[in-house]
Amino acid sequence: MRKIRSTLITAATWVLVAIFFFPIAWMVFTSLKTEGDAASIPPKFIAALSFDQYAIVFNRGMGSYLLNSLTASVGSTLLVLLLAIPAAYALSIRPIKRVQDVLFFFISTRFLPAAASILPVFFILKTIGALDNITALGLLYAAMNLPIAVWMMRSFFNEVPLEIVEAAQIDGANLRTELVRVVLPILLPGIAAVALICFIFSWNEYFLATLLTTFQARTTPPFLASFVDGRGQFLAVLSAASTLAVLPVIIAGWVAQKQLVRGLAMGAVK
Amino acid sequence: MTTTIEVPTATQVHRATQAGIAHKKKARASRALVLPALVFSVILTQVPFLVTIYFSLLNWNQLRPSEIKFAWFKNYAVVFTGPDFLPSLFATVVITGSSVILSLLLGLFFAVLLDRKFVGRGLARTLMITPFLVMPAAAALIWKWSLLDVNVGMVNWALHLVGLSAIAWNTDLPVVTIIMMLTWQYTPFMMLILLAGLQSQSREVLEAASVDGAGPWRTFQWMTLPHLRQYIEIATLLGSIMLLQAFDPIAIMTKGTGGTKTLSYLLYERAFIGLDVGQAAAFGVVTVAVTIGVATIALRTLFKVFINGGER
Repeated sequence: MRKIRSTLITAATWVLVAIFFFPIAWMVFTSLKTEGDAASIPPKFIAALSFDQYAIVFNRGMGSYLLNSLTASVGSTLLVLLLAIPAAYALSIRPIKRVQDVLFFFISTRFLPAAASILPVFFILKTIGALDNITALGLLYAAMNLPIAVWMMRSFFNEVPLEIVEAAQIDGANLRTELVRVVLPILLPGIAAVALICFIFSWNEYFLATLLTTFQARTTPPFLASFVDGRGQFLAVLSAASTLAVLPVIIAGWVAQKQLVRGLAMGAVK
Repeated sequence: MTTTIEVPTATQVHRATQAGIAHKKKARASRALVLPALVFSVILTQVPFLVTIYFSLLNWNQLRPSEIKFAWFKNYAVVFTGPDFLPSLFATVVITGSSVILSLLLGLFFAVLLDRKFVGRGLARTLMITPFLVMPAAAALIWKWSLLDVNVGMVNWALHLVGLSAIAWNTDLPVVTIIMMLTWQYTPFMMLILLAGLQSQSREVLEAASVDGAGPWRTFQWMTLPHLRQYIEIATLLGSIMLLQAFDPIAIMTKGTGGTKTLSYLLYERAFIGLDVGQAAAFGVVTVAVTIGVATIALRTLFKVFINGGER
């Protein structure tokens, strides 16, 4: 009796998970169909598959948009790590007055919606001729992700046993060696988690990208949104473009799932 | 008897001052480590916000760039007396509130299901977190055209199978569409945090409860839920903050029609379609005020956690 119940719950769990995952599976499946098959009703669950739609997507120049997304995401993530690691280190291990205030300040900037700063940012960038500039976009992404990164990084630093740091200090390690040789290796999984989360947020960002880029620096999300003109059949090619757009993050998220979960849970709870 | 007054020796004094100097040096070094991040953050987020406040006091339409004038609180008067603000505030509250509550409940449900031991649990968890990883713009497009489309959408086909007629989701039920989309996207996020909470529960206490004859529902109600409280609060806070700023599905699926014109979409429309910078800035400032309002309520809880987590 108990066993039957348990099996039933497991089956129900799988059905529900399948429903949640269905849109993504359907997107990938549709991307491999012909336009005719993709738009057929009733939907075709068996169809001839090919990568033709992907060729069309690349012919429409998606490569350069993906490259822009990559530049902005990787660049901003590196900058965030460069700023957040020392800051979190000082906030956790080194003596500093008013740790609470500083932490509170960082997290409060995250509560400020993009709406709060978009207008001045737009006009300043326009004035200095930096609209449609991938560096400018990357800097803004770094500012957007910095608070979460500091917050998460600090929770990871809090897990470093103080004795190790003290031992290093007695050994006479100066600040830089202490940070680089002693603390950093212990932190690598945490850094990976922070980097991954910053990368995901930047890669998926739409609001700033739409408003601040037009062509040269346009990233994938606004490109996707302008991809559909509503004429003719486009489901298969749209699915192919969307699959390409979401694939890097999904793969990264799956591979580093442990770090991701730990990072989100740590950042959220500690 | 001789009384000895302890006089610190020269070396001791020397050591003490040295320690003091070392401490000061360390503190200065620490400040130097925090400063770059702090300055960067202030320049790119706080300063623009101050400028937004200044903009909101200007009479500035992009069509007449030569006529920028100081207008005091005229824009705010327009915001509060105009026909757009209240519906927009209402839309924001409805959409954010429903999505937070629904994704929290579903997230809790999934967290409990995926905390059990069963065949393929790892794979189920992996598949379950994926909606949160998917680019919101791509998800909105796929939902709009491939799942919800009135002619070729899968959802409408499924409705047809059970004998219901097709629904033009984007135009007939725009609010429901947006809430559905956001709930789908944020349920995995809520689930992740709550799952971390479930896993941090002590197994022994739960076993003891079951030995004492408490049924699974009672154990859940009296032990698991109180334990999860902190996690639920944080999930709600972070979820609300992110959902308040949700823009992509609205811009892509409904364009703010049919009661989905939230504050962040209204601001976008005013500034970049309507070209009225002053008014848009005023909307921006009000949006921030609303966000802060929501956040302060939630922040009180967070701050408690902060204090506890701040000490080490």
